[in-house]
Amino acid sequence: MEIIICILAGILFATGVYNILQKQLLRIAIGTGLISHAAHLFILTMGKLKRGQPPIIEEGITNYTDPLPHALILTSIVISFGVTSVVLVLAYRTINENKTDNMDQLRGNEYE
Amino acid sequence: MIFAALAPLFIALFIPLLSKIKAKIHTGFFVLLVPLFIFLYFIQFVGLDFTPVLQTYQWIPSLHINFDFYLDGLSLLFVLLISGIGTLVVLYSIFYLNYKERLHEFYVYLLMFMSAMLGIVLSDNVFVLYTFWELTSFSSFLLIGYWHFKDRSRYGALKSMLITVLGGLSLLGAFVIMYVLTGTASIQGMINQADIILNSSYLPLILVLVLLGAFTKSAQFPFHIWLPDAMEAPTPVSAYLHSATMVKAGLYLVARFFPVFSSYEWFFITVTTFGIITLCWGSFMAVRQTDLKAILAFSTISQLGMIMAMLGFGTDVAIFAAVFHILNHATFKGSLFMVAGIIDVQTGTRDIRQLGKLFTLMPITATLAFFGTFSMAGVPLPFLNGFYSKELFFESAIALQAQSTGIASVLVTIVPYLAVAGSIFTFVYSMYLFFGLFGRNKNKQFNLRQKIKEAPIGMLISPAILVLGVIIIGLVPNLFNQSFLQHAATSIRSTATMESVSFWHGFSTPFIMSLVVVIVGAILFITLSKWQKVYDVFPGKWSFNRVYDRSLETLDTSSAKWTNFYMNGSVRTYMSLILGTLFTISFVFMYITDGFSIDFSDLAPVTILEVVVVLSIIVAAVGTIFTNNNVAAILILGITGYGVTILFVLYRAPDLALTQLVIETITVTLFLLCFYHFPNLKKRTESVTTKSVNLIISVGFGLLMTMIGISAYSGNAFAKISDYFIETSLPIGDGKNIVNVILVDMRGIDTLFEITVLGLAGLTVFSLIKLKNDKEAK
Repeated sequence: MEIIICILAGILFATGVYNILQKQLLRIAIGTGLISHAAHLFILTMGKLKRGQPPIIEEGITNYTDPLPHALILTSIVISFGVTSVVLVLAYRTINENKTDNMDQLRGNEYE
Repeated sequence: MIFAALAPLFIALFIPLLSKIKAKIHTGFFVLLVPLFIFLYFIQFVGLDFTPVLQTYQWIPSLHINFDFYLDGLSLLFVLLISGIGTLVVLYSIFYLNYKERLHEFYVYLLMFMSAMLGIVLSDNVFVLYTFWELTSFSSFLLIGYWHFKDRSRYGALKSMLITVLGGLSLLGAFVIMYVLTGTASIQGMINQADIILNSSYLPLILVLVLLGAFTKSAQFPFHIWLPDAMEAPTPVSAYLHSATMVKAGLYLVARFFPVFSSYEWFFITVTTFGIITLCWGSFMAVRQTDLKAILAFSTISQLGMIMAMLGFGTDVAIFAAVFHILNHATFKGSLFMVAGIIDVQTGTRDIRQLGKLFTLMPITATLAFFGTFSMAGVPLPFLNGFYSKELFFESAIALQAQSTGIASVLVTIVPYLAVAGSIFTFVYSMYLFFGLFGRNKNKQFNLRQKIKEAPIGMLISPAILVLGVIIIGLVPNLFNQSFLQHAATSIRSTATMESVSFWHGFSTPFIMSLVVVIVGAILFITLSKWQKVYDVFPGKWSFNRVYDRSLETLDTSSAKWTNFYMNGSVRTYMSLILGTLFTISFVFMYITDGFSIDFSDLAPVTILEVVVVLSIIVAAVGTIFTNNNVAAILILGITGYGVTILFVLYRAPDLALTQLVIETITVTLFLLCFYHFPNLKKRTESVTTKSVNLIISVGFGLLMTMIGISAYSGNAFAKISDYFIETSLPIGDGKNIVNVILVDMRGIDTLFEITVLGLAGLTVFSLIKLKNDKEAK
């Protein structure tokens, strides 16, 4: 199963990157979302899957899943939410100001 | 000793505060005490029974970087020059710089330089020496650019910085090689193990790197070009840094490492050749200059070349003469720079073509200049110190003997002639300087606006003291021999002793050479206007300045071109470049180290539910690419997010599942909210090439991540560390939810910063929405 999840993460990475390489702002925002999902799954797999009970201590249970990746991912989820929301609002502002969402027209080359 | 050396640096901290009360007292008066006390402290060491002193203060002992301050004769000579001339220069600057100037900055830089220079000559540790070395370049940069509103100042500052730092870096390279070879960072330690360095195959490289450092700092041909431009600095700085001390750091370095390299023939050849060329070229070019300080700059270059050549000769007489001339040059050139400054201030110009007949107007200055210039010219008069060292220079030049045939023997033959030629031009420019300022000017337009009068007494004190030094050494040349100079010479070469220096020693060859210099020099000076046209032909337009300017220009334009090539403002290009590089490096690295591995032995079982979820995520993820409807794309993104949530549930991560569920819902809502405002956004069509490039990059990257994931999972390179958290969660954190304990207790600071990031993101979102643009605001 771990290998399947690795492949899934790879596919999510690939689709995320493909979206980022597009010209539309919306797609770039979607791409960052996909890549963060990919990264979460990637980290989760590193701690092995389904090797014990949820990491909440109960008497009589000695075998827990690895809690460390969970802690890392939890941080990451919150941070990626922050990133996504800033990217989105930035895109919203940009489109409002410049009346375009095409990255090629938003290059800011006026000083050259 | 360390306190004496670093005191200026610490006192510099308080200068900005002191300068607040400048309305009453010039900041310079406070600063004046610093070099004076250092001078008084170190002068106590002078004496017949002087022995080297070593003091160690630990700095970074694990890297062998310590303040090992070693005071031997050579260091003592430089320390006294730095603090002595420093005192006079500060005194002079009090009258030179007006209250209205940014005095606190000036003195902070000057004190910084003083510490750095003392550090260079006292450090026995090569790395500490290097640190101070660069600090002098840095403070020199700041001082040259002191009047930063002038273009020439900025140009000169940058030029000196680039050239000397280039040399500094190569010096560091040499130090590192020698440190690795000998296993010690101490210069004395390296000298003791000179055999290792001499027998190493890196020897030529070490020599080149060390000499690059020394030659750039001491303005040796062809790196001399920075010194004339450094004359844009205030005159006290020119007198101090660019004549008496900093430019002699290169000489100090060569002298310091002389015991290591002296038996290496190429050391003799290189140092002598560059020194003698610099001597001739500098003095030849000095005659061409019209700016007073430029004449002095080229004269300094030429004198530095002469000392460098003597260090190259390496005989007993030559080493003593080199040390002697370092002292003499500091006295007469320092006073001449101060005279130039006086004339600049009093007449308002430094152009020698507009000056003349100043003897009657400024008799004291003229007298001081007379001693300075005639001593510099090496005129045989018993009260001029310049003559003695020049005589010794000739003596050592003719006494040279080649150890072998080849280049060295050719050099030995021509050195005496070049020495005389260089000295003839030295005579010519000295006379040109003196008579140009104070003599009659037949064909000069003499119309200066301001009324010229003698300089204030304060400005005359410092040059007068230096001139007094010229005369005293001239009259009693052996005064400092035994107690002072001898120690300096023997710390370079243990046999370099000189019983006594005398003015008259018969019609020997050196004396005849001196006479030739005076006679030919006088003839050339009188006929100067007839042959001055030579300079239009040679060097004419051809100069190293052009090389410098051109290469700087090329560097500028080509780096601009290169940067514009990849910084083209397109996110797509940036992403492609970053990911492409990442992919190539990771892939090649993994391939070379044989990092790919796959291991099926320890895997969780596959269930149908999981496979269904995984498949739906894949379909949704691919779907985001193909859908043309924005709302649909956003919802499909939501599907992947919820799919990941289900995976978290299946993989027994309740906290993750809950968080992901909440966050995903908010994200999708936010997406929809934002894009509610943008109707008519349609997917754009792109060319097949663009599409396929995108495809290759994204698929390649995905593949790489998959392979890294599988390899990392299969590799088992490290043992798990989470047992610690499982065991200690309850006892230490007093919590049953291990993930929460990690986040709140074990990694509490991380979480705190995470909250900060989120808070900042919230503020950013808020202000981006609320922020009104200019039009709206009006």
